[in-house]
Amino acid sequence: MQKRKDYSNGLLDLLALREEIMKKYPPKIAKKRVKAILINDPAIEQEILANVRTIPGIITQRGCTYAGCKGVVLGPTRDIINLVHGPIGCSFYAWLTRRNQTRPAEGEDNYITYCFSTDMQDENIVFGGEAKLKEAIREAYEIFKPKAIGVFSTCPVGLIGDDVHSVSRDMKAELGINIFGFSCEGYRGVSQSAGHHIANNGVFKNVVGLNDRERTGKFQVNMLGEYNIGGDAFELEALFEEAGITLLSSFSGNSTIKSMEYSHTADLNMVMCHRSINYIAEMMEEKYGIPWIKVNFVGAESTAKSLRKVADYFGDADLKAKVEEIIEREMVKVEEVRKSIKPRVEGKLAMMFVGGSRAHHYQDLFSELGIRTVSAGYEFAHRDDYEGRKVLPTIKIDADSRNIEELVVTKDEKLFRNDLVEKKAELQRLGYEFKEYAGMMPDMNKNSLVIDDINHWETEKLIEFYKPDVFCAGIKEKYVVQKAGIPLKQLHSYDYGGPYAAFGGAINFYIEMERMLATKIWKMIDAPWKHESELVGSMTIEA
Amino acid sequence: MRKIAIYGKGGIGKSTTTQNTVAGLAEAGFNIMVVGCDPKADSTRLLLGGLAQKTVLDTLREEGEDIDLDDVVKPGFGGTRCVESGGPEPGVGCAGRGIITSINLLEQLGGWDEKYKIDYTFYDVLGDVVCGGFAMPMREGKAEEIYIVVSGEMMAMYAANNICKGIKKYAQAGIVRLGGLICNSRNVDNEREMIEELARQLGTKMIHFVPRDNMVQRAEINRKTVIEFEPTHNQAEEYRKLSKAINENTNFVIPKPLEMEDLETLLIDFGIAN
Repeated sequence: MQKRKDYSNGLLDLLALREEIMKKYPPKIAKKRVKAILINDPAIEQEILANVRTIPGIITQRGCTYAGCKGVVLGPTRDIINLVHGPIGCSFYAWLTRRNQTRPAEGEDNYITYCFSTDMQDENIVFGGEAKLKEAIREAYEIFKPKAIGVFSTCPVGLIGDDVHSVSRDMKAELGINIFGFSCEGYRGVSQSAGHHIANNGVFKNVVGLNDRERTGKFQVNMLGEYNIGGDAFELEALFEEAGITLLSSFSGNSTIKSMEYSHTADLNMVMCHRSINYIAEMMEEKYGIPWIKVNFVGAESTAKSLRKVADYFGDADLKAKVEEIIEREMVKVEEVRKSIKPRVEGKLAMMFVGGSRAHHYQDLFSELGIRTVSAGYEFAHRDDYEGRKVLPTIKIDADSRNIEELVVTKDEKLFRNDLVEKKAELQRLGYEFKEYAGMMPDMNKNSLVIDDINHWETEKLIEFYKPDVFCAGIKEKYVVQKAGIPLKQLHSYDYGGPYAAFGGAINFYIEMERMLATKIWKMIDAPWKHESELVGSMTIEA
Repeated sequence: MRKIAIYGKGGIGKSTTTQNTVAGLAEAGFNIMVVGCDPKADSTRLLLGGLAQKTVLDTLREEGEDIDLDDVVKPGFGGTRCVESGGPEPGVGCAGRGIITSINLLEQLGGWDEKYKIDYTFYDVLGDVVCGGFAMPMREGKAEEIYIVVSGEMMAMYAANNICKGIKKYAQAGIVRLGGLICNSRNVDNEREMIEELARQLGTKMIHFVPRDNMVQRAEINRKTVIEFEPTHNQAEEYRKLSKAINENTNFVIPKPLEMEDLETLLIDFGIAN
């Protein structure tokens, strides 16, 4: 077993590591990749290369635009039929893969467990698939009588020019329910991130604002960018309910399309996953005057901080008191578990390459246990998720971003909340931060390695170099990393675990880390060929 | 069996030239299969005496996979076996994919079975090679010889040069070769010399110069090839010569496409500058 390096003062040989990684690449590629691997220094401003095309031939973690639109943003919503227009593979592999949980009320619609597809055949490619799409919509409607149907385009749909939007319009008129299409062909963007944006646009255009429901609570909020993996949303819902905060809608963990229709009647939008959902938050503010704040409910401390931030927004004394009461009570439970586990895992090393926010959020949970994140990066984030929203004006709009429709949003004169705009201005004077996200890099230690769109070659070199105790990524990386004797925790699906959000979730995560890290089992793994280079056997042939 | 594909700019006269050439070869006693690779399905009209053909893709759509070869192969002039691959209406679907599907189906149905003793297969392909589907006859050894129909008009020559780029791409990986240029005259000045020079620069030959004659039009209105409609006419003789030239051709090359500048120089030297 190799001896662990001393990281107490950061790493001094990172430049050499980066150089070694680059040596394998052709010069042109190295020139590009080196800009996506930063040696972090929170004291200075550094620019990372992000949200650009993955180099062909490199094994990337990324998914496609369709996956981001269908799978991530609308997949968790239970009362809409998500119909995939395309060959069956795209539908099948986007079916229930993220462990988004949902909890329908008795008798309520839930289509999440179904897989809907037009199952395009050669003939539909040659002659166009619009007729088949219409049939599929009719069929789905006749069987399920849903409130809404979303149509998601896969690659061939764009190539042959099927117009999912006009088909959706026609069918909406014919069936009298809400039907809308998404031009989210897999190749539309450099990653799933483009799909998130397209989904945001579609939901905002076709769903948000359809129902101006009367107020039902004193403090009405939406939770944006929370996808209820492993039951995270259930934890948060319980928390808000106890505090007396009315959660109108969630985008989109444990959500309904019905609730999204009146989400514009909220007083505040909380943005959890900045990357996937900030677009809707921005558009809701422009159209309805609803301010948004960045929150993080991963990690006990972060949860407390975010709860307080929401209470401060409303400024209500009772609410603040209630929130403090909850935090105090929950933190006792959290501390009890944390104190017993921390000594067993403290000082271990973690690295995480996942998502557009998770690689940042989960560092809080790890640091609560004294586990150090030595390297992290996102799969599909943009520069603002690394460096903070302050760099937004300097982000170049490239040809790939132009593939995504930019919605022109105007003020809704009737529903615009001038009272919220005033409230926002007043709070801002007191130093309260709105629509602010400082990004991952300022929160990471000096000399930690920040890598965008990491690939397998880089992953292997990193493992070799750092010998981390835990690696966080997804299913595509899981077994490669585990074969190197490093346990991998999936942060897309949580493996079989969760919830990890809020206080209860933090406790679950501590216990999970103890299970994974306070064991010697991984160090005992050795490939058989390391000890015996040759397998010898004999056989007898009976004549 | 020789497998030939005819390419060329849209409207240059590919289908007319192909069918008249096929008629010439059929008259000379060869067994020929003609596969129209154009969604308009008009590549076998003159051989069949009208648009009587149900396309492979229509048949496939209406009757499913369970098709007889006779449903899609119709006998035409001189015993030629005529097939139209067909395709979607303009503006929908993917015609290129249609051609791939339809050629695959023909092969699966045994369209080229030994018993037919086919000497020649002609693929008549729509316009430019705009996408992978239209390059299908060049790929996977479906066609081995390509002839490009061209005239002295600039855009026709430009298209011919582009097609050569496609041939070069597939020739390097496979067996497809350029057999030559067929000049379908538009009565442009110095047309013969210009196309001969273009052919030379591409590394091939102008295999025949087909003069312009209204007889072609007349025969077409009567849904016939010239050879069938007016066998003794001079134009029929021209097509016979073209058939003979193709039959005797042994000059198969990987073309050397011209740079745009060279193509322009060629036009200036032979055409407008004089």
